[in-house]
Amino acid sequence: MIVPRTSYVEATARRRVEAVLDHDSFWEFLPPEERVTSPHLSQLDLPVAFDDGVVVGGGTVQGRRVLLAAQEGAFMGGAVGEVHGAKLTGLFARAVDERPDAVVLLLESGGVRLHEANAGLIAVSEIIRALLAARGRGIRVLAVIGGGVGCFGGMGIVARCCDAVIMLEEGRLGMSGPEVIEMAGGVEELDSRDKALVWRTFGGKHRYLLGDCEYLVEDDVAAIRESIHQALEAASGFELEQLEAEHALLEKRLRELAHLHDAIDMWRALGLPDPDTLPMLDLARFTPIAHRARSFWKGEG
Amino acid sequence: MVGWAVSAASTFSSLVKTTMEHLEFTFPGRRAATGRKHAVLVGVVGSGNLEVLLEPKPLGGACQIVVKTAVAGFGEIWQAVLEDFCRRHGLGDLLVSINDLGATPAVVALRLDQAVHELEGSGP
Amino acid sequence: MEGRDASPRRPPNSPTLEDARRKAGAVAVSKERQWDIGRQRRAEKIERAKVALSGSLRGKIFSRDRTVVLLEALLSPGDRVCQEGNNQKQADFLAQALTEVDPSRVNNLHVVQSVVALPEHIEIFERGIAARLDFCFCGPQAGRLTALLHEGRVSVGAIHNYLELFGRYFIDLTPQVSLIAAQAADSQGNLYTGPNTEDTPAIVEATAFRGGIVVAQVNEIVDRLPRVDVPADWVDFVVQSPHPHLVEPLFTRDPALISEIQILMAMTAIKGIYAEYGVQHLNHGIGFDTAAIELLLPTYAESLGLKGRICRHWALNPHPTLIPAIESGFVESVHSFGSESGMERYVAARSDVFFTGADGSMRSNRAFCQTAGLYACDLFIGSTLQIDLAGNSSTATKGRMTGFGGAPNMGSDARGRRHPTPAWLKAGEQARRGRDRMPRGRKLVVQIAESFREHMVSTFVERLDAWDLAAAAGLDIPPVMIYGEDVTHILTEEGIANLLLCRDEEDVEQAIRGVAGYTDVGRKRDRRMVENLRDRGVITRPEDLGIDPRLATRDLLAARSMKDLVRWSGGLYQPPARFRHW
Repeated sequence: MIVPRTSYVEATARRRVEAVLDHDSFWEFLPPEERVTSPHLSQLDLPVAFDDGVVVGGGTVQGRRVLLAAQEGAFMGGAVGEVHGAKLTGLFARAVDERPDAVVLLLESGGVRLHEANAGLIAVSEIIRALLAARGRGIRVLAVIGGGVGCFGGMGIVARCCDAVIMLEEGRLGMSGPEVIEMAGGVEELDSRDKALVWRTFGGKHRYLLGDCEYLVEDDVAAIRESIHQALEAASGFELEQLEAEHALLEKRLRELAHLHDAIDMWRALGLPDPDTLPMLDLARFTPIAHRARSFWKGEG
Repeated sequence: MVGWAVSAASTFSSLVKTTMEHLEFTFPGRRAATGRKHAVLVGVVGSGNLEVLLEPKPLGGACQIVVKTAVAGFGEIWQAVLEDFCRRHGLGDLLVSINDLGATPAVVALRLDQAVHELEGSGP
Repeated sequence: MEGRDASPRRPPNSPTLEDARRKAGAVAVSKERQWDIGRQRRAEKIERAKVALSGSLRGKIFSRDRTVVLLEALLSPGDRVCQEGNNQKQADFLAQALTEVDPSRVNNLHVVQSVVALPEHIEIFERGIAARLDFCFCGPQAGRLTALLHEGRVSVGAIHNYLELFGRYFIDLTPQVSLIAAQAADSQGNLYTGPNTEDTPAIVEATAFRGGIVVAQVNEIVDRLPRVDVPADWVDFVVQSPHPHLVEPLFTRDPALISEIQILMAMTAIKGIYAEYGVQHLNHGIGFDTAAIELLLPTYAESLGLKGRICRHWALNPHPTLIPAIESGFVESVHSFGSESGMERYVAARSDVFFTGADGSMRSNRAFCQTAGLYACDLFIGSTLQIDLAGNSSTATKGRMTGFGGAPNMGSDARGRRHPTPAWLKAGEQARRGRDRMPRGRKLVVQIAESFREHMVSTFVERLDAWDLAAAAGLDIPPVMIYGEDVTHILTEEGIANLLLCRDEEDVEQAIRGVAGYTDVGRKRDRRMVENLRDRGVITRPEDLGIDPRLATRDLLAARSMKDLVRWSGGLYQPPARFRHW
């Protein structure tokens, strides 16, 4: 067995950008030497990062022109502050002007940066508004989720506002994170130290089975580039009937699964064989099984 | 809506109890950086890590280093690590800016060497 | 309590002719002396226990709600007790029951067990049930134990290495009651330990054959055991625990947490020590430093053409991080102290590599594996918390008396060893430094550590905390894990100090300062002397070995995550839930 040379999960935001884009095609807005850092963190006497934890710019993916952003999970858990948020909002505004083939978001974030409180919350709502405005103008927006922090809170909402979500098995997507749920609901609600439980609740496989993400890929840069390419080719739209179909699907999910407490019970309810074994299956064996669940959601609607 | 931000933020703030320390050093250089890049950034401001920004600039042949660190009280060690860095590479007319979150001297030295490598595209 | 019945009438140190005659006479009347008091006491205790258990005893199996009653019947004040506390497997149900005995009936116990691991192991001292302790290692309970020591509520005989404590089980610390843990029992009381045999054979052997009593907790009672690890007539009582005994996955290291600096040190170890001496038989201490070495074997060591030349035979627990090296053909055999959670199926499927029983499951044995580590291994490498200027190393730091486990044994030169290997001979030759001495070999003992630990705490110190700890706890000697005279190499991110090549104490001091990085100890180096030591080959920098620190990236690891390890194992390795980040 040969381990892939470049792990997306382990890479920094900058490395991810380089890996996902065609070689040498990247250019950056507000690069680190501009030193546009968080005024709030300096006021609180906390460390800043020269790019405030997010890289924004443009380049090409297999020749297709994209604007993209990558959040740095290692800096404050990828949390969104005022500057960080403004860089993302600005990227969507630029997209409306430039009309790239897509905006690609390489997400890794615990949500709003608590230290920036209201400024961070406002930033997230501005991002969502700008994203939807861009989609309204026919700009395709894709999210890639695969990093140690996962994609939670406001950025979890941002991810679900995209045309398509590409997840790695190691990625996690949700609103409240496991620690927060345990803090609020107690350990009986969710034992955040039980990593297997956490991953089958928030992880890529479960999200794929529930229809929350469109692509589930290995921790392999080539596979991620390929699914970005596929998502660029796939049919997409932002019309009323699509939103209504989406809502119907969510209603159906609530009806079928809301009474179940563990992901494994949900997989069983979806008619998947040996649900206990799914977390340990590699994707080559998992994906054909998962199609059964995916068609369940796409079934009668 | 605030609840969910706690997970990311609380683990972070528990790491940062000390006040930030701001350090500045100037060392003489022996040569200017080769290559055409006007800036490189290496590393991230994560726990036990740091980011190093190198920018060739006219500084009268000197290497100027600005450190902002979340772990105060290790000025002497920074001095020793950075002195060795300048002795190793001899780069002048270079601005080095560091944001540090408790990296060990070994990691600091490694990032500095990686940054020079990326700036010049070859070994020291 | 050996002196309990000795007559206090005469001062002990005044032998006279009269005494000698009396002694000779005593020999003549020896028929009056009882020679099986131990056996009689044992019979009385067992009788008492049977009465106490009354109807709840079926053969040797008793019902668990009578456990405390049984212990009260079996234990007399001052008894030596071993509660099987291993590195991994814990007789946790019996340990819990022991905390519930009445301290007015059972007290002043002398605990003789290798690992003080559970809160219950400490609680019996807090409740006055036990008073004296002889042990090897104390993990998470180290802080509480140290506090009890300071309060004078426990007296510690010594902190042993495992073989040393097992040795004393057969000389002067034989347990009178042992509370052990096994996977399963049959109706007769035969025991199956499963993969985690660990200390069980040594404890049972000492206890059962010298009038002691063995009580076993088992996870299940079955009609037919997969294999018999302990025969029924060495076991007195068996209870089925309400829950399976605790097994800690102590030897699992998530590759995701290995740092670039640890990878640099691992590269230095492989090229500068393993390849240099041709190390074929070895033991690894536990930690991320050694896990990094294991994960570089299929990549970095392979690229140096070292497969088949290093790391073929191991005394080692089944480390998950060794899987890639096994799968890629580096490793030929592994004998283990204990098992590791999640490795059962993998080990069973690799019986050419691991020791397994006819039933297919693993057989481990701490006493034999420690013996192997002492006599049959050419190298021990492990981490530490403090190293002084003479190379003495200790994991005992202020407020934390942790003990050392196997390191003092495997990290010592085996002076009784006679069989040669190239690695052993080369180290011996370096130790002689051309002096006209009897040729013999030398064990390679390597301490691997970053110069700074987390929170910028220096690994290198002028004086070990062990000194203060010994003074505060009333120990006769400071708790040193590995003595400087046994350490052959110290390896840090700055390189290797080869102490075998040092001519005198000053050389040793400067060699250590020369790899101590930017710590106070390191910055006080004599730069000229350190350069001289480098010229003499005493100090070797990574660049002297042709290693570029910038290339020490995580891309070199054969596995970067737990998931990678599962893949390497073909799905046989099943990591515990807490390690499953996918």
